[in-house]
Amino acid sequence: MTAPLLRVANLSKRFGGFVALNDVSLEVADGERLGVIGPNGAGKSTLVNCVAGLLRPDAGRVVFGDKDITALPAHRRARLGIARSFQLPRPFRSMTLEENLAISRDYAAREATDARALLSQLGLGAKVQSLPRDLTQIELRKLELARALAARPRLVIADEVMAGLSHGEVDEMMGVLLALNQGGITIMMIEHIMRAVMRFSQRIIVLDAGRKIADGAPVEIVRNEAVERAYLGA
Amino acid sequence: MLIGGYAATVAIANDYYFYAGYIVLQYVVLATAWNILGGYAGYVNFGSAGFYAVGAYTAAILCLALGAPLPVMILGGGLAAGVIGLAAGYLALRIKDVYFAIATLALAVVVQTIVDNWDYVGGTRGIYVLHPHHAIGFSNYPRLLFFTMLVLAVGSVVVARSVEHSRFGRGLAAIRDDEHAAESAGVPTLRLKLMAATLSGILMGAAGAPFPYFVSHLEPSSTFSLAVAVNAIAMPMIGGATSWAGPVIGALVLGGAQQIATVTISSVLNLLIVGLLLIGFVIFAPEGIVGLARRLLR
Amino acid sequence: MLDLLANATVAGLLLGGFYAAVTVGLSIAFGYLDIVNIAHPGFMMLGAFAAWFATDAWQLDPILAGTLFAPIFFVAGAALYRVYHVSFERRGDIGLRGLAFFFGVLFLAEVVLLLLFGADYRGLNLPYLETMITAGPVSVPLRMVLPFLVSLALFAALQWMFDHTFFGRAIKAVSQDPVALRLMAADPVRVKEVAFGIAIATASIAGALLITIAPVEPSMGRDYIGRIFAIVVLGGLGSLTGTLLAALALGVAESLTATLYGPSWSPAVAFGALLIALVVRPTGLLGR
Repeated sequence: MTAPLLRVANLSKRFGGFVALNDVSLEVADGERLGVIGPNGAGKSTLVNCVAGLLRPDAGRVVFGDKDITALPAHRRARLGIARSFQLPRPFRSMTLEENLAISRDYAAREATDARALLSQLGLGAKVQSLPRDLTQIELRKLELARALAARPRLVIADEVMAGLSHGEVDEMMGVLLALNQGGITIMMIEHIMRAVMRFSQRIIVLDAGRKIADGAPVEIVRNEAVERAYLGA
Repeated sequence: MLIGGYAATVAIANDYYFYAGYIVLQYVVLATAWNILGGYAGYVNFGSAGFYAVGAYTAAILCLALGAPLPVMILGGGLAAGVIGLAAGYLALRIKDVYFAIATLALAVVVQTIVDNWDYVGGTRGIYVLHPHHAIGFSNYPRLLFFTMLVLAVGSVVVARSVEHSRFGRGLAAIRDDEHAAESAGVPTLRLKLMAATLSGILMGAAGAPFPYFVSHLEPSSTFSLAVAVNAIAMPMIGGATSWAGPVIGALVLGGAQQIATVTISSVLNLLIVGLLLIGFVIFAPEGIVGLARRLLR
Repeated sequence: MLDLLANATVAGLLLGGFYAAVTVGLSIAFGYLDIVNIAHPGFMMLGAFAAWFATDAWQLDPILAGTLFAPIFFVAGAALYRVYHVSFERRGDIGLRGLAFFFGVLFLAEVVLLLLFGADYRGLNLPYLETMITAGPVSVPLRMVLPFLVSLALFAALQWMFDHTFFGRAIKAVSQDPVALRLMAADPVRVKEVAFGIAIATASIAGALLITIAPVEPSMGRDYIGRIFAIVVLGGLGSLTGTLLAALALGVAESLTATLYGPSWSPAVAFGALLIALVVRPTGLLGR
């Protein structure tokens, strides 16, 4: 087995008295499709922010490739190849779609990226010169993803990119993500929609109350009693 | 443009135009400087008068203590205000939005309190800083000052314009739109904010540096003036804060109108007009004159 | 020396009481409504001149005048909120332009006062305000004690409103707890409108206290921006008690600075405190 692309070791994060992450460890292999699920408040967003760099953990380490990135600011991590989308789309509102992509291309990508081609690939080819305010919800989600991809990442963290989308749109988004993965990009999918996560992921990690309670293939997760308890509160 | 400006100092007889022109050009520099941090990066600086005054007082001290020539005064004034800008930039690392705006105001008051209590520069009474008698190449010194300010104005607009069209400028725009998203897209937000705040401070200080020579008697109440604080914000907002042209247009239109108004009506009344225009524009034409023009041309 | 310090401390507490009255309006607007009303000192100055005029022209008591004018300020505040809401809040465009808007309003207030009254100091000449009240080594004039007492009364009234009336609870819920607000079936815009009206109405009373304490001139309002934000931030957003305590602390700090180093240094105290407060603890000492 090759060294993992991302290794999170004994990560903890507290907000005041609230423990958001409690000694969480996980690994993501290069080229893997990992799903992260858990009830509200389980610590999924905190995990994303600790990996992407917007939050500093209180304890533990984050290693990307062979580099310890625990102390690096988010923009350095973006340059190393970690890209994320935001749960609620956060486009650069004053810029066209193309200019939105130019930011991550110019600041994070290690090589030239064709923003137009990328937007076309995601079905936004006709809106290259539009402003974010003229986009629909799914288009905004796609823009989030496109901006992440313009950074030429090795790991994409897709933070609830499917929330609020219709059945058809979820399938469409999943197609996009699968295609990316086939192109060699490792994907960590944080998601509420179980149907999507189960179908998409090769492996799933379950968080509950800041702890990792399960880690395995989707079929195992479905049968896991701890997971059932966490979700049903039984 | 500089040649035209120089030609004007030779051709026009009435000195008043150079006094008025100096003020208007000074506002071009100030508005442009404010906009680099305020318009591009979205960090509102209420303390412009403080930066301007740091430039003016540093220049005065350089002149009185070392007999420094005008270019050195400008350089020194700019650098000193740049240091304060850097300090404000560090504030911007910790505090955002409204808090930053208030903090800059606080910074300006702290600076003013220090100046008020500093005997070397005359405290609240002020101090005389007389310009040299001879102005080589000009018929009198105010004309040289006018030309100097023209150089500064052109220079700062060139700087602002190149910032706007650079990767740096696009990074600032990303910070203005969404700082976290910018950071996640690889933009080194901390460094960019520090750079923008420092650059903005340097230009404001440079705008203030010739002021001691311009007024001859430098004192806190006219240096930390309300007009500077308000115009530095109002001009870019009225002109249009997202491009270099906005503050220039705002400064020329508003500054020009103020100069005419000071002659024809009272200076208080003209400040009233500035206030009303500022409010009117932020409500009805948030993109400023530049935005209005774009909409009309479409 | 001890007597001097005791006097300075008591004077500082009284001054702080007055600061609390100036700040409470901002504390409501900023702390509960998320409206960054930097124009608040402008309204206080309008209140001060209105009270001065009423006293000078109609021989009214200044504090009575400030109270009588409060409903007018309330209406003006509610109207201002409407403009703010329609122009900025509803568009989701608060940051830069919202700030510039209030900055413009502050500026307008000052300029209007300059046009009406000129740049000279205006003061009251009421002998009874100079009555000295003495307790042990401490001796203070009534013109300092009266504003302090009025301010405490104002705080007590507002605190009672927040804790015991439907409307007060709605104000508390409007920015912090939208669910509770919906359960109360209150319209958030309406709640904010009235609350902002109340916030501005307090400026009328604060202005009357200001003119009671000392003569005023239009540009004085600017000195209070840093002071009141320092107090709100130090006291913690959304805490009236915090506001009152922070105001008293700042009053004492300023008074001691003025006594020990000279009055020209006292503005730096507020702003220095503010800078430290912002950098060290942006959420305040008692805040949510």
